[in-house]
Amino acid sequence: MRAVITVIGIDRVGIIAAVSNILFQANVNILDITQTTMQGLFTMIMLVDAGKASVDFEELSGTLAAKGDEMELKIRIQHEDIFKSMHRI
Amino acid sequence: MIDPYEVVETIKMISSEHLDIRTITMGISLRDCAHPDSEQLCTRIYDKITRQARDLVKTGEAIERQYGIPIINKRIAVTPIAIIAESSNGNCVKVAEAMDRAALELGINFIGGYSALVHKGYTGGDRRLIDSIPEALASTSRVCGSVNVATTKAGINMDAVAHMGRIIKQCAALTAEQESIACAKLVVFANAPEDNPFMAGAFHGVGEPESVINVGVSGPGVVYGALKELGPDADFSEVAELIKKTAFKVTRMGQLVGIEASRRLDVPFGVVDLSLAPTPAVGDSVALILQEMGLQKCGAHGTTAALALLNDAVKKGGVMASSSIGGLSGAFIPVSEDAGMVDAVRSGALSLEKLEAMTCVCSVGLDMIAVPGDTSEATISAIIADEAAIGTVNNKTTAVRIIPVIGKKEGDSVEFGGLLGGGVVMGVNRFSSEAFIKRGGRIPAPIHSLRN
Repeated sequence: MRAVITVIGIDRVGIIAAVSNILFQANVNILDITQTTMQGLFTMIMLVDAGKASVDFEELSGTLAAKGDEMELKIRIQHEDIFKSMHRI
Repeated sequence: MIDPYEVVETIKMISSEHLDIRTITMGISLRDCAHPDSEQLCTRIYDKITRQARDLVKTGEAIERQYGIPIINKRIAVTPIAIIAESSNGNCVKVAEAMDRAALELGINFIGGYSALVHKGYTGGDRRLIDSIPEALASTSRVCGSVNVATTKAGINMDAVAHMGRIIKQCAALTAEQESIACAKLVVFANAPEDNPFMAGAFHGVGEPESVINVGVSGPGVVYGALKELGPDADFSEVAELIKKTAFKVTRMGQLVGIEASRRLDVPFGVVDLSLAPTPAVGDSVALILQEMGLQKCGAHGTTAALALLNDAVKKGGVMASSSIGGLSGAFIPVSEDAGMVDAVRSGALSLEKLEAMTCVCSVGLDMIAVPGDTSEATISAIIADEAAIGTVNNKTTAVRIIPVIGKKEGDSVEFGGLLGGGVVMGVNRFSSEAFIKRGGRIPAPIHSLRN
């Protein structure tokens, strides 16, 4: 199962390291990363493969959100289908 | 592989423009629950609802987390209770209480279907159910009722229209201490849809399968946000095009969630109802969309045209996005639930008469309108008759959900709480419709009902 992780907030040292460390621990593979500034906010978008994850989706989602709170960022993970179905025919 | 613009647009819609799935509503047939003994009838109904919808809330929450999209309500619609309770000997209110207990057990906020379809006439069961509505809605908190009094095929049952005026006043009186809240849970329909997932008018039609999942999307905030970006210089074809595209995206999300819920619950997927349903939250307003089109206030001349464009563009965008569209599908204009509408009423821009005109071109009718508590039964019935006429003649659904708030007069503030919102008591025409309503009988179906 592929999912999209988005990190939105003020840029700071260690964001990618923190997120990728959680993904490594959960055996989630990063397929693509892009980062940009949108409306003045740092925005990192990751496409990941969570098919072989060692934890379930909800736990991973909770861990990422908690890390986000700790770093004062908003970190979300969503199934990629929501983006695909909304924007592609 | 990832288009950052698409991802950010979706996130923005969800986090700052109130995009959500308004409801996943499970329709459940209760046709096999009928029983002559009232106790047994209630037990059967309670058992079937709690069994069938056991995993509804849990599944809804799991889908919410999987896609990161809020699903505000998980609800249930059942077969019109008049049909099920008809052969039972007891008081229908007990059935409402059983439904309320089932809803509480399942953790859902509303259950619809305390309903009767009397557009052509009453059966004994219909009459008993309708007479029990005030007590049923006053003694429960989650049960919603509806009565269909007219169809394009049958015309308008004016006896039922008169009856509902009395029932609405009784509902108001029984819940006088709580801003006459029972009236907010009662809808009087013309051409009621059988697969509408939205409350308070949801019921599971008799032509529906054993069980079904219908999804209602929302998104006035998203349309408003998109129009704001488009700016004031775009012409109406550009406005319509933009609304269409936005409605497409919103509906696709509803379709995705509906299919997933259907798969997980192993219940057939019914329809996406692509209504723009406002909430009291700031910015999540249909009135603001109309104002963004260039009207100083919702209710100004031009409002009906703006709403017609909006309603049509929403349908055109939505219809391509889903395999099956149904329910009410269009723009909702529930006054108390839309902060922009409340503001328009407060400033004197929006009157009951203008709202009536607006209901000719949108998907519902006079919805969530507070009127003075001393409004007469006949006036309420006449308001219903006007809406039913608009519905039958234009071959569309119309509905009346009107709250004569006991103890309040025109201009007073009311607060219903939660998604039901609050607002200002609107004035009604002070001239009498008494003799008109007293006639009773049936207003014949319009000539264009003869289509065979």
